[in-house]
Amino acid sequence: MSPDIIIFIVLAAIAIVCAIAMIVTRNAVHSALFLVVVMAVLAVFFLGLAGPFIAMVQVVVYAGAIMVLFLFVVMLLGAERVGARAGLRWQVPVAIALGVVLLAIAGLILFRASPTTAAARLEKASAFTTQVPGACADDVGLARASGVVQGTPCLIGDALFTTYLFPFEIVSILLLVAMVGAVVLTRQSAVAGGPRESAR
Amino acid sequence: MSNQSFSLLFPYLIGLSAVLFTLGVIGVLARRNALIIFMSIELMLNAANLAFVAFARSFNHLDGQVFVFFVMVVAAAEVAVGLALIVTIFRTKKSTNVDDISALRG
Repeated sequence: MSPDIIIFIVLAAIAIVCAIAMIVTRNAVHSALFLVVVMAVLAVFFLGLAGPFIAMVQVVVYAGAIMVLFLFVVMLLGAERVGARAGLRWQVPVAIALGVVLLAIAGLILFRASPTTAAARLEKASAFTTQVPGACADDVGLARASGVVQGTPCLIGDALFTTYLFPFEIVSILLLVAMVGAVVLTRQSAVAGGPRESAR
Repeated sequence: MSNQSFSLLFPYLIGLSAVLFTLGVIGVLARRNALIIFMSIELMLNAANLAFVAFARSFNHLDGQVFVFFVMVVAAAEVAVGLALIVTIFRTKKSTNVDDISALRG
């Protein structure tokens, strides 16, 4: 067995166990920490799947920024133990049954797909080019030599600022709207009538 | 990861993505704490990201990785607004249990 396969099995086991623990544990802080482990494992997968830039963004944005935001809110609200009260009794069995059905459908589609396609697609690296002529010459040369297109910051930036320039600009507006929305929603206003009045 | 072991592992990577997505769905359906539901949504987005990156590696093209970038941005925006909503609701209802938030009027 090659080291790649052993690493995959170990990391996949860690990811699945931590994802289950995230759902099962009653303490919201523990849930957040288990989710951090899952995200770190996925970052290692991204590194192995020729995406070094995406792996670093995963660690910085997801495991760093987003999960810190989660932990802040959990501790701010003191909501670590909320949810111990029992809800509907049949809710958990039905949820698990529906999840199993979803997994069965996904597995059916996966096993009906042609297994040879992944290998057939791997030929395209020799014809790989960037949108800007001559950009990222080192990365393009490495891709053609090794047969694997690595998602380096230079090549991702090349795609982001040429082919995906319009979505990139829209996403910047989305972030601005989200930021303004978060500020408006959480502002403790001194105006009479509370936040609903000031949001107008 | 070499081309040979990637060709071997590719279906299992997609399978792992499907398993993580399913666990996220079960989390959303089974838990009543709004924060845990949000974390489960993050888990689903991450599972989709794993499939994106695996397919990007399979096609030897970077478009999948650019899409992962966009998914992360949307997830960050969603978390910022969603957590702001949870904090605002907690101020009036003193609870993060979604069963308590059944009235349209606060």
